[in-house]
Amino acid sequence: MDDVKIKDQAAHDAAAKVADYEHGWSADIETDFAPKGLTEDTVRFISAKKNEPDWMLDWRLNAFRHWQTMETPDWAKLNVPPIDYQDAYYYAAPKPKPKLGSLDEVDPEILEVYKKLGIPIEEQKVLAGVEGARRVAVDAVFDSVSVATTFREELKRAGVIFLSISEAIREYPDLVKKWLGKVVPMHDNYFAALNCAVFSDGTFVYVPEGVRCPMELSTYFRINAENTGQFERTLIIADKGAYVSYLEGCTAPMRDENQLHAAVVELVTLDDAEIKYSTVQNWYPGNADGLGGIYNFVTKRALCQGKRSKVSWTQVETGSAVTWKYPSCVLNGDDSVGEFYSVAVTNNYQQADTGTKMIHNGKRTRSTIVSKGISAGKSNNTYRGIVRVAPNAEGVRNFTQCDSLLLGSLSGAHTVPYIEVRNPTATVEHEATTSKISDDQLFYAMQRGLDAEEAVALIVNGFAKEVLQQLPMEFAVEAQKLLGISLEGSVG
Amino acid sequence: MLKIENLHATVAAKPILKGLSLTINAGEIHAIMGPNGAGKSTLSYVLGGRPGYEVTDGSATFDGADLLDMEPHQRAAAGLFLGFQYPVEIPGVSNVQFLREALNAQRRGRGEEPLSGGEFLKVAREKAALLKMDMDMLKRSVNVGFSGGEKKRNEMVQMGIIDPKLAILDETDSGLDIDALRTVGDGINTIMRRPGKAVLLITHYQRLLDYVQPDFVHVLAAGRIVKSGGPELARELEEHGYAEIAA
Ligand SMILES: Nc1ncnc2c1ncn2[C@@H]1O[C@H](COP(=O)(O)OP(=O)(O)OP(=O)(O)O)[C@@H](O)[C@H]1O
Ligand SMILES: [Mg+2]
Repeated sequence: MDDVKIKDQAAHDAAAKVADYEHGWSADIETDFAPKGLTEDTVRFISAKKNEPDWMLDWRLNAFRHWQTMETPDWAKLNVPPIDYQDAYYYAAPKPKPKLGSLDEVDPEILEVYKKLGIPIEEQKVLAGVEGARRVAVDAVFDSVSVATTFREELKRAGVIFLSISEAIREYPDLVKKWLGKVVPMHDNYFAALNCAVFSDGTFVYVPEGVRCPMELSTYFRINAENTGQFERTLIIADKGAYVSYLEGCTAPMRDENQLHAAVVELVTLDDAEIKYSTVQNWYPGNADGLGGIYNFVTKRALCQGKRSKVSWTQVETGSAVTWKYPSCVLNGDDSVGEFYSVAVTNNYQQADTGTKMIHNGKRTRSTIVSKGISAGKSNNTYRGIVRVAPNAEGVRNFTQCDSLLLGSLSGAHTVPYIEVRNPTATVEHEATTSKISDDQLFYAMQRGLDAEEAVALIVNGFAKEVLQQLPMEFAVEAQKLLGISLEGSVG
Repeated sequence: MLKIENLHATVAAKPILKGLSLTINAGEIHAIMGPNGAGKSTLSYVLGGRPGYEVTDGSATFDGADLLDMEPHQRAAAGLFLGFQYPVEIPGVSNVQFLREALNAQRRGRGEEPLSGGEFLKVAREKAALLKMDMDMLKRSVNVGFSGGEKKRNEMVQMGIIDPKLAILDETDSGLDIDALRTVGDGINTIMRRPGKAVLLITHYQRLLDYVQPDFVHVLAAGRIVKSGGPELARELEEHGYAEIAA
């Protein structure tokens, strides 16, 4: 454990060194590392750590062997230095503890972490157990293992299953087996395959037929151990007529070394079901010179399998050095609906390549895409999207709006829409704009009393409003602040 | 309140203000008239601290403090308000949100408590009523889709809410219909004709001055004040034009 202490000390030092990153600190929690590097033994270690059944280990090994045969992706608009997969840790868990009955038993240090993360007061009240507080269930993925789950009982009464995915593998093997890897197959892409092999933990949600989940479900991810790749796995299933709103938010402590994050999120909606999935992503973007920062290579996909089902992705992406992420919808069910609302902010040397794929297989399926890219500093921000209409998908409609806002003259904005329509009855519309924050706007706002940064934040929030208003209330406020913070230092 | 001495300023390396001096005391209303391109808007931008407007000589103090040393938002918090000749659109930001954030930023700058949402809305309603503007307009994005006259009236609602010490109103009358001109004139009097406050009206026409009677009228030509007088000067100008005065 000494080794761990030293690492945490190093993390503290790193955090102290650069104070301008609001969440740049590292909690002092002992970490149980898997040995460095990635071999079949690593996969076995992780599986054993999690007490997994054999079928799960086989599944992982299968993925691992497949991953070894794959090539790293071609980075299109991204500039990513080669990643040494043998020079990273693939598993880090907080010190093993007995199962917790309530939040009172949660390590105070972890609660402190929530505080620093700026978890909204309402949710802190919930965490503190204040009566009458608005109910939001928080399943905290701290490092890689869920350490606290609130409201599990109440959710259980409603029939909602909200667990860490490792618990779900043990307790609901049939549900997991039925859907895991069905939305994002293990051979889908390099990072998805890697995730299948080494995912450490994540979230599982099942909302049964006809149930409206009684509260918003919320998970806070946090990368907390140095040099530890994070491989979260999320699986959410909304059965017929079910509804659930899920919030995912993340920040990360200061680091000098690049960290890889390759999550996989799978959503499934059956007939008339709806999932609303909201993300605020604020991982460490690297410093003003482009050093450090998280690599965020996420595969997020929804399978709208049922008729009239709906999935709505809303994301606010402000963090990470490199973001590569395309939350998508496969619209199989007739009359199903996919939505993608995105704000991506890049500053300094950040690179974001994000967008969505709307795959229209069912009849009269509809999709809406609203993407707002904001680039400052020397950053690059790309919208990349596909709208595909299958030959027998009659009466499909899509509307896409891509707006880019540039701050300064050194940043880049790119829009790469692919439209593949194989059915003549489809209506596909695409609109794109690129604008700059004008000196007129800035001076007008400053003359009314705002300083330069407040003025930028205000104008940017106005630009992103259509997306921000899709977020649940408490998230919207956080997200607005985040946009301002991310653009600090981009004017003046 | 405002003391400008020998002010020289350039825009894009081009000298525009060339030794302008002007003193405005509390309780006074001044009007500046002058030909197109004389530098009237430039003067208001320089006083507001607009980036790109470089002062090359002279001084300007506001309540004794060096105005030129302050950031634009600090000048606003100190009590300086510009009514823009061309009010700017900010898509996606409602007037209510814009003004509340701006006002509270100013209050913070002055060490005052921020106004709550309720308190702010009360003030906003009062000022909108004064300028006969529908509250629905205040919920819309700042100036987006506003007609020319509506934008000008909106500037005056903003002035009412912000309640500055010194208002520099750049052609607030242009674009207003006859009734709106009277409403705006009355609004300026109600908001600004108070002890401790002052107004600098930039205008081309006598008609605004019929409602808001100035104590002093100045002619700005080629970057300087070339003539000053009382209200009668405006009427003379309207009759004879700038030619003889500038000569
Ligand atoms: N960015 C700029 N680059 C070059 N010249 C400029 C710039 N901005 C203003 N000017 C010039 O400065 C001069 C003064 O402009 P200003 O807008 O102050 O005039 P004004 O007195 O307000 O005129 P008007 O009555 O037409 O509003 C004009 O000749 C204008 O062309
Ligand atoms: Mg002008």
